[in-house]
Amino acid sequence: MASLVIDSVCKSFGSVEVLRGIDIAIEAGEFLVLVGPSGCGKSTLLNLIAGLETITSGEIRIGDRNVSHVPPKDRDIAMVFQSYALYPNMNVRRNLSFGLETRKVARPDIDERIKEVAEILQIQDLLDRKPSQLSGGQRQRVAMGRAIARDPRIFLFDEPLSNLDAKLRVEMRTEIKKLHQRLGTTIVYVTHDQIEAMTLADRIAIMKDGMVQQFDTPNGVYANPANRFVAGFIGSPAMNFIPVTLSTENGQLAAPLVTGDGRRFVLPVPQKTTGLSPGRDVIMGIRPENITDFQEGMETWGHIVPLECRVKVLEPTGPDHLLYVDVNETEIVCRACPDSARKAGEMMKLAVDTTKPLFFDPQTGQRIDIT
Amino acid sequence: MPDTSRPSQREIAGRLLIYGVLLLFVLYFLLPLLVMVITSIKSMEEIRTGNLISLPRHPTIEPWIKAWSYATIGVTNEGIKGFFWNSIRMVIPAVLISTLIGALNGYVLAKWRFRGSDTFFAMLLLGCFIPFQVILLPMARTLGFLGLAESFWGLVLVHIIYGLAFTTLFFRNYYVAVPDELVKAARIDGAGFFRIFLRIMLPISKPIFMVTIIWQTTQIWNDFLFGVCFSTGATQPITVALNNLVNTSSSVKEYNVDMAGAIIAALPTLFVYFVAGKYFVRGLTAGAVKG
Ligand SMILES: Nc1ncnc2c1ncn2[C@@H]1O[C@H](COP(=O)(O)OP(=O)(O)O)[C@@H](O)[C@H]1O
Ligand SMILES: [Mg+2]
Repeated sequence: MASLVIDSVCKSFGSVEVLRGIDIAIEAGEFLVLVGPSGCGKSTLLNLIAGLETITSGEIRIGDRNVSHVPPKDRDIAMVFQSYALYPNMNVRRNLSFGLETRKVARPDIDERIKEVAEILQIQDLLDRKPSQLSGGQRQRVAMGRAIARDPRIFLFDEPLSNLDAKLRVEMRTEIKKLHQRLGTTIVYVTHDQIEAMTLADRIAIMKDGMVQQFDTPNGVYANPANRFVAGFIGSPAMNFIPVTLSTENGQLAAPLVTGDGRRFVLPVPQKTTGLSPGRDVIMGIRPENITDFQEGMETWGHIVPLECRVKVLEPTGPDHLLYVDVNETEIVCRACPDSARKAGEMMKLAVDTTKPLFFDPQTGQRIDIT
Repeated sequence: MPDTSRPSQREIAGRLLIYGVLLLFVLYFLLPLLVMVITSIKSMEEIRTGNLISLPRHPTIEPWIKAWSYATIGVTNEGIKGFFWNSIRMVIPAVLISTLIGALNGYVLAKWRFRGSDTFFAMLLLGCFIPFQVILLPMARTLGFLGLAESFWGLVLVHIIYGLAFTTLFFRNYYVAVPDELVKAARIDGAGFFRIFLRIMLPISKPIFMVTIIWQTTQIWNDFLFGVCFSTGATQPITVALNNLVNTSSSVKEYNVDMAGAIIAALPTLFVYFVAGKYFVRGLTAGAVKG
């Protein structure tokens, strides 16, 4: 295992700038997830780390070694691809051993290694099969096995689970996490699925348009997103964004809210920075779980403000119900306990946690309540 | 419930029409072959007295033997056998070399794209549409320059070069459908350009090899124009010899010998189609390799 430093890396294909100054650094043994919408340059960045593409400018270091211009085979990395990319003409055993044979590892050592890997991944029974005789999940395991067999310093995963069905995807996600805990090898993992990113990562780099929007821990990107894009990308259902014009109520900075049927409520806003001032138009971001059903005694907590709304749509999910209501002419979603959720068309008293809202600039989308 | 398994009157009528038309086509295509076979086993006597499609009363293989081993062709009296072997000896290296180079070209164009590789490919495609006649003169000059004019290897070289556009196109299109990730995985596994070609790409190329080999074999075997232009006398391929056989029959036209010679000349391509035809169809429709 090795640390990884990506230092102001840029990549252009012809005149198209795909990556524009990427800076990421992780410690040895960390699990880094690159997440972002499709086309943002995640795979390109992974290919640069692997050496499958050449960087246009910047530097990549694995451990203490600058590998920017080292060919893939000498970088001591292994990669798992979305399509698995198993060699179709070789059986599983040969697939696992191909990389070792190329590196001229002695036969007994190869056999030993394959036995170990097959055991770790529970694919002992599949060793003599061809890839075409395997199910999707089994191919996925073999693809991981091929990566593990080489015992590289860094694993690279490019959307390894996106070809699996939903149930298998969740199972394999846990397996990958266990594998990381067991092997302790540094991993760079690409996905467009924010839940995969949150569940697996030690560190997340959220990318958009070839730039890292935020590089932080899962908790960091969730609780303290750097901008509106990150705030909206992480979390499901997504954060609500409500346009408000800040005002002063009873001498305190406040965000006035008008519900769909014209009731006015006022949310006190803690004045943390100079960016928040009365009269300013801002976007208030608040997650669905911070607007929930109002329960007896909440008024004494001090940071809860009631909000009475007409429920437009009710969506049961099992553990809780999602409610859609209108505030400031924007549809927002709230998360309520099934027992107290009201049906569509009925009035319901909601509770807003006033410590939770985040504030964004309507034009730039940047956070304005942090310094 | 209506019985759906029994076809209606209309369907039966439709079927009959289709089969009727197909039968017509079969006759249209097979009749000439039938006439050839029948004629080739008749004596000249019978040909003169009988009509074209009457069956032989005294079948004989004499015309075949004559065509094969002692008919007069040009200035020799040794039949077409020597020319038959000429063609075999020419087809084998020409097909193998053009196919292998085509595979390598296709691999590069599909998986190791370079600046200008698309332009290169477009120009190559043009090569598939260039008529034979256009290249005759420049090719003759080139062969003369190489000292291969009117030689056996000169003709082989012409066929290799002319076939490259097709073989490259076949392999390039086949390899484009192979996922790039396969090559990336192999590169990370430490394999280089040739190791990937030999160990990963070639083993999955059987269908397209069959297609290319069949295509090239029939093209080169059946070629007449290059054979006439770039070879002489004893090195000529069978197609040219057949022409000479038919044209040099002195006083009387020996239809039976001509027919036997024509069938012998066509046998190898027929054989290739019957033995490997199913691979041709399968190979043309085979897509990318899954997994
Ligand atoms: N070889 C290439 N040539 C030109 N453009 C490319 C190439 N590879 C990727 N791109 C472009 O770079 C952008 C990022 O691609 P990619 O890294 O695959 O995105 P992601 O993996 O995040 O979906 C896309 O707009 C894609 O079209
Ligand atoms: Mg991708």
